[in-house]
Amino acid sequence: MAKTNGLCLGISEQEARLKDYIEKTGRDPSLLLSYLQEAQEIFGYLPEEVQVIISKETGIPLADIYGVVTFYSQFSLVPKGRNSISVCLGTACYVKGAGDILARIKELLNIEVGGVTEDGLFSLDATRCVGACGLAPVVLINKDVYPKMTVDAVEEVLKKYRNKEEPGE
Amino acid sequence: MESQQELEVVKTCKCACRGTSDTRITVGLATCGIAAGARHVYDALLDEVKKRGLDNVKVMQTGCIGVCRLEPIVEVIEPGKKKVTYVSVTPDMAARIIEQHVVGGDIVKEFTVRLDTGGETADSAITSIADTEFYDKQRRIALRNCGIIDPESIEDYIATGGYLALKKALTEMRPADIIDTVKASGLRGRGGAGFPTGAKWSFAAAEPPGQKYICCNADEGDPGAFMDRAVLEGDPHSVIEAMIIAGYAIGAEEGYIYVRAEYPVAVSRLKIAIKQAEEHGFIGKNILDSGFDFKLNIRLGAGAFVCGEETALMTSIEGKRGEPHPRPPFPAVKGLFQRPTVLNNVETFANIPMIILEGPEEFASVGTEKSKGTKVFALGGKIKNTGLVEIPMGTTLRTIVEDIGGGVPNGKRFKAAQTGGPSGGCIPASHLDTPIEYESLVAIGSMMGSGGLIIMDEDNCMVDIAKFFLEFTVDESCGKCAPCRIGTKRLYEILEKITEGKGEMEDLELLEELAVHIKENSLCGLGQTAPNPVLSTMRYFKDEYIAHIRDRKCPAGVCKALLKHVIDPDKCVGCGMCAKNCPTGAITGKLKEKHVIHTDKCINCGVCAEKCKFGAISKG
Repeated sequence: MAKTNGLCLGISEQEARLKDYIEKTGRDPSLLLSYLQEAQEIFGYLPEEVQVIISKETGIPLADIYGVVTFYSQFSLVPKGRNSISVCLGTACYVKGAGDILARIKELLNIEVGGVTEDGLFSLDATRCVGACGLAPVVLINKDVYPKMTVDAVEEVLKKYRNKEEPGE
Repeated sequence: MESQQELEVVKTCKCACRGTSDTRITVGLATCGIAAGARHVYDALLDEVKKRGLDNVKVMQTGCIGVCRLEPIVEVIEPGKKKVTYVSVTPDMAARIIEQHVVGGDIVKEFTVRLDTGGETADSAITSIADTEFYDKQRRIALRNCGIIDPESIEDYIATGGYLALKKALTEMRPADIIDTVKASGLRGRGGAGFPTGAKWSFAAAEPPGQKYICCNADEGDPGAFMDRAVLEGDPHSVIEAMIIAGYAIGAEEGYIYVRAEYPVAVSRLKIAIKQAEEHGFIGKNILDSGFDFKLNIRLGAGAFVCGEETALMTSIEGKRGEPHPRPPFPAVKGLFQRPTVLNNVETFANIPMIILEGPEEFASVGTEKSKGTKVFALGGKIKNTGLVEIPMGTTLRTIVEDIGGGVPNGKRFKAAQTGGPSGGCIPASHLDTPIEYESLVAIGSMMGSGGLIIMDEDNCMVDIAKFFLEFTVDESCGKCAPCRIGTKRLYEILEKITEGKGEMEDLELLEELAVHIKENSLCGLGQTAPNPVLSTMRYFKDEYIAHIRDRKCPAGVCKALLKHVIDPDKCVGCGMCAKNCPTGAITGKLKEKHVIHTDKCINCGVCAEKCKFGAISKG
């Protein structure tokens, strides 16, 4: 199966799942954020094709949907890497050196914030506060939380995710 | 179901092993605990208890115990004995705790709580966190159940008096009585602005009957704040109970909790709690036979700081771009879906059950004349005991920083306490004796805010901190009004210029002038408060601004553009590694002789410092 960045339009399984969700929740325009969250969970990101599906199912104009997608930082118009890194830049993390950790990750992966590595393995985001301030500075990779991070530990942590990929690829 | 009778039965009963002969072992499974590995500890405890067939030992999860630094935290509560707190527990330690303490009856002293609050020594006999100075100066109202009950068990909540306030409100009080009670308590909004809660409720109650809404603001967007997360993760039912009471008071039969998607644990516990409340008949039709109906929905935010502003939050619940709109009309008149709406913050709601149950006088007996009750703070940054604290209003910042927080670690000097997040300010050491009250904090150029309290030390540059917050507001400005959209960007650019060593003295006046314009002309709270970090740092740390501009120096050694690398001649052995790796040939020196960096060629890349094995190169 050809997989284009996690999006398999034409394979209607994902589309059916989304339509089913919208149907079950009563095609309620006030639930647009929930529909987009569900869609992003299913497709990995929110390209125009996915927004068109939501527009057709709910009757919300596509322009309005695009306006909402681009307003909230959770929504992404481009595919993410297979491992999504978020460096917390909340105040507690920042005063404890999160900026240096972010710089180290940028340097190691050679990408900017919001970018994806060429091999699609990692994407990098700076997040505003994950609320784990007592353990600052904090880095999240997918759903794993790395508390009390240091600049020196970054390389080792990233290696774990690189190694994970090798056998399967 | 017969909820009323059940309430009584449960309260006096055997459930959740309260009041029985069972030993309870609680594990703090809030986000901080989980991140520190508490789930593995929880599993290890369960395994060990099962393996040994200890039927009278219950391993339970609980919410935030408070001292994040010491996670994972495990407490052993044996009937009739003082609870014992174990800290920084690993799965191996868990097995030993079961073997030696729970089975053998001998406390594992070396694993028990050690808090560095100045007053106690490492060999102190204290084994319970409740006896430490960290807890001693606190008063827990909003956090009364956090770290004590199992947040996923409604029975546990009921066993500690939960839903009794709802019962009292629905069966013994008229809506107007509830509003009077909340007014008399003096409770003010804990989201930061401090609007009197009772008055807010009375405005919505005065609107003609019809569809009204109760909303809970759980979009805790201030970076460095996690009070609401802790309440939702540790005691979700207290918020739900309060929302039902508020609904009854203003005549609203539907409520919404708007919670950050970044808090998956809180969302999951809220969903569980709502379902349990529905099953117990506290949410639904004809609650406790009172004839009152209430429905509660959850909406997840999608990462927009401005949605913490009340009008923006409601627009977001409607499924739109979360942009604020001008007030009036206030939400109490025209709020969610254009209907009268009361919006309160999580912590505000968490206070309500206590006020209803114990009376407004009891609540008002805590705190100061204008600021009643307690306030929860998330203590973070350069402080020994990072964690969650709840103190009576009127407590001084010094008490929080020095006594509860244990002061600044590593022998560094305290520089500032930041409250109010991007809307607040930095408070210098000279104001540490200021009592925590809404008005007094505003008077010194900061604000109460939602409760983030970040401590900074001598290594933090205040111009850099102001820039950090402005970068945040530039990013989060929704773009609707020009003063905020353009003004914050210009503020940021000036700060950037200063931190890069390109500032001019006129920039200081420009910053101030621009800040005042943005404050006066922005549409919503985000813009109106966005310049506060700049104004407060300029007020108390102007010398740092001047050092950046006039001397081209960053006294804290943070702003990279202003730092120069130097070689310490006492440490340099003349190995030549630095010169060999310098990309611009800025380092010269003969082998085995002291090397020198030529500042005219140096680009401050830092490679030399990285390569030096003797720690001879530093920035200064």
